[in-house]
Amino acid sequence: MELDPLLLSRIQFAFVVCFHAIFPVFTIGLASFIAVLEALSFKTGNPMWQQLSKFWIQVFAVVFGMGVVSGIVMSFQFGTNWSNFSYATANFLGPVLSYEVVTAFFLEAAFLGVLLFGRDKVPQGVHLFAAIMVALGTFISSFWILSANSLMQTPGGLELREGMYHVVSWSEALFTASFGYRFLHMALASFLTAALVVAGVSAWFILQKREMETNRKALSISLWMLLILAPMQVVVGDLHGLNTLEHQPVKVAAMEGNWETDTGVPLLLFAIPDQAAQTNHFEVKIPKLASYILTHDWDGEVPGLNEVEPAMQPPVFIVFWSFRIMVAMGLLMVVFAVWGLVLRYKRNYMQSRAFLQGLRWMSLSPFIAVLAGWVVTEAGRAPWLIYEQMTHAEGLTPSLTGGMALFTLIGYIVVYALVFSSGVYYLLKVFRGGIEKANAPHEQEEVERAKRPFSAAHVSMEGDN
Amino acid sequence: MEQPFDLTLIWASIIAFGVMMYVLMDGFDLGQGILFPFAPDEHHRDVMMNSVAPVWDGNETWLVLGGAGLLAAFPLVYSVFLPALYIGVFLLLAGLIFRGVAFEFRFKAKTSKYLWNWAFAGGSTVAAFAQGAVVGAYIQGFNTENFRYVGGAFDWLTPFTVITGLGLVAGYALLGCTWLIMKSEGDVQQWAYKLAPRLLLAVLVVFAVISVYTPFVDPFVKERWFSGVTPIWLLPLLALYSAYVIFTSVRKQQEGMPFVATMALFLFTYLGLLVSKWPYMVPPNYTLWDAASAYESQLFLLLGFLFVIPIVLTYTAWTYWVFRGKVKAGGYH
Ligand code: HDD
Ligand code: HEM
Ligand code: HEM
Repeated sequence: MELDPLLLSRIQFAFVVCFHAIFPVFTIGLASFIAVLEALSFKTGNPMWQQLSKFWIQVFAVVFGMGVVSGIVMSFQFGTNWSNFSYATANFLGPVLSYEVVTAFFLEAAFLGVLLFGRDKVPQGVHLFAAIMVALGTFISSFWILSANSLMQTPGGLELREGMYHVVSWSEALFTASFGYRFLHMALASFLTAALVVAGVSAWFILQKREMETNRKALSISLWMLLILAPMQVVVGDLHGLNTLEHQPVKVAAMEGNWETDTGVPLLLFAIPDQAAQTNHFEVKIPKLASYILTHDWDGEVPGLNEVEPAMQPPVFIVFWSFRIMVAMGLLMVVFAVWGLVLRYKRNYMQSRAFLQGLRWMSLSPFIAVLAGWVVTEAGRAPWLIYEQMTHAEGLTPSLTGGMALFTLIGYIVVYALVFSSGVYYLLKVFRGGIEKANAPHEQEEVERAKRPFSAAHVSMEGDN
Repeated sequence: MEQPFDLTLIWASIIAFGVMMYVLMDGFDLGQGILFPFAPDEHHRDVMMNSVAPVWDGNETWLVLGGAGLLAAFPLVYSVFLPALYIGVFLLLAGLIFRGVAFEFRFKAKTSKYLWNWAFAGGSTVAAFAQGAVVGAYIQGFNTENFRYVGGAFDWLTPFTVITGLGLVAGYALLGCTWLIMKSEGDVQQWAYKLAPRLLLAVLVVFAVISVYTPFVDPFVKERWFSGVTPIWLLPLLALYSAYVIFTSVRKQQEGMPFVATMALFLFTYLGLLVSKWPYMVPPNYTLWDAASAYESQLFLLLGFLFVIPIVLTYTAWTYWVFRGKVKAGGYH
């Protein structure tokens, strides 16, 4: 069998970027959470806030470190596997991706050190300021990268001259039609990630009867966050979809599994899309609901995949199911938010084992939703790399062979498996140490030489301490 | 758009500066990794690693900044070098990842320490070799057509690039060794004093081979160096003088001079390389200006860089200041 460099590059890109994406969504949300804890501590002086902050800063340090390492790989992926694409878009993508890196470095140089290591060395107000700046910095970082991505979804502000795009309007190129929705949706996703991880970890500590009072506070705060954010995300997601309908109708057709443009289109709860036969099997549907959601009219017209020839359709099965997974996670979050409110009202959520156990599992849900969401967005754009302007095949590195792509794909999988399983293993140890360990005086303080993110965590690799 | 300045030249200086910073700074900490397997015992290794632990990641900042800057300012370099060096780039990244993680985990490990030792040594050596091979590939030039790389996956891997790769491994080892002389004391320092002359010899041998070899690999370089008496002949002379200073200062057991002189050796060699190829950015076909991005894109990013580079430099200087002085196995004091 001939190895296809295009397919392998797509798999490789999806693998490394999904891997990378897990860490930033968590750090963005966690940075804001830490800033809130620091602010509460500053305002009330209650030592519990500081204990919590110390613990989550350690977690933040490790996750941030992994984000940086996997991010460095990303900045080379464009050149190695998609050189035609990077060359053509360099006038825009170059500065924008550089600004992401520049923001991250600026943040690291100026504020991260103070946040991680400066607690006892600077006044509390300065420490709080650093926490806020770090949170802000993560958002500026994601501003740049999401702007880059949105331009590929809904291009604007560019002009093609002799094989290279030139920026004719920076404001139009940076703020394209889908950018606002994507940024908001992603920001909420990050907050939800932090809220659910904090909730899950606190629930787990409470089940073990550790530091009950402090963990109850953390759980309570994260449940309030969930209650506000989860419904908001559903609304923003819906608006995001409407925007996509306007600019990328075929993607929406794939999300809905709708093969023919039609009126009064049903919402599919279950189906097995069959791209070869251009139809679905085993449909379970609610009549007219898709039309209503997308057009606010029970008999509105919804575009179908037949608007483009089969070769130009995205992979329907993947888009269809990823979309359902994301939405299911979103709805599940709403369920837990409401369940928490009901229990709070009855004053017994600390006793409900089912709820606490459920929350533990729910800490995985934001990651699943985020990855599924990106797959919808990115796979739904296929075969376009820049929507209706450049296809994947056109963007591929011309000299790339299947063998080369396969070699590095396997290579990245092996490297990541080795390195990040150590990282995750270590992270779990930090979790297990809990608030107690994060607040225990450790004799090594100054000696813990490296002023690096990870060094903010004091847990040993082996054994129980 | 109006072009009041030639931003391309400014960007070329920024990138050249960034690469130099990277080579000097990451060079000495990669050097610790290269020397790791030769260290007599775990105590030496602790000192070696501690001597660079607070600064190594700041050093790598320059690589990422340079890489991102290249895509923005000289996209052709980015879109030709990376495909041409595809496998090498992967090895470089894998190497850097392994050593980066080893830094974090070796301190926290007890029984698994030896694994992180290997990760650190292997990662550093592979990364250094890959960087040296990139230099060699740059001298050789790239097979391009119509602004695209059209060669094969292993065009970059020739006897010449193997030599430049090994050369940089030796060079970084020397840089790491003289850094260690400056930062350590007692038996570790004595060990480093013994090692330095041998490494210097290795570097000079490779230096000689490359100098003789390069003009054959590339007639353009030959033309530049041997078409008459030119002021650039000063550069290799200064490099040789630096080597001499390294040698004598190590014999006199001076502490700071060997490192300073090694940096000078690198600087003059690097300048020699730059003048050999000037103004070609993607040899043999494309110059600086062919490789440049649009004026407005260069300008847009320049503003950010002008803001950030001073901050990164200040932060770097501050970190080095905080961690000045000698290291021990237990850390700085
Ligand atoms: C700056 C641009 C950019 C950004 C911010 C992202 N992507 Fe992307 N993505 C691409 C640029 C891109 C691309 C260059 O356009 C790819 C590479 C090859 C391809 O198929 O399109 C792509 C493909 C791609 C695919 C494969 C789709 C397919 O080919 O069927 C997946 C699953 C993702 N991406 C997922 C993500 C995730 C999880 C991201 C979160 C960080 C992400 N993308 C951010
Ligand atoms: C596919 C495109 C992407 C590329 C090329 C990329 C590149 C990078 C790089 C090089 C870094 C490391 C910077 C450093 O060394 O400090 C980084 C970190 C970061 N990235 Fe990405 N990234 C991508 C996608 C994303 C997305 C989609 C987001 C979020 C919405 C994101 C958010 C961040 C943040 C917040 C950081 C800094 C914090 C951290 O490292 O955890 N990135 N990225
Ligand atoms: C139930 C409600 C939700 C709806 C209706 C919804 C809708 C959407 C739509 C339509 C897209 C694709 C946009 C495009 O490609 O143009 C999308 C993408 C995405 N979703 Fe959701 N979503 C929901 C819940 C969630 C949740 C709970 C999360 C994570 C916690 C999430 C994370 C993402 C991410 C990361 C993307 C990719 C980035 C983007 O394009 O914004 N979504 N969502």
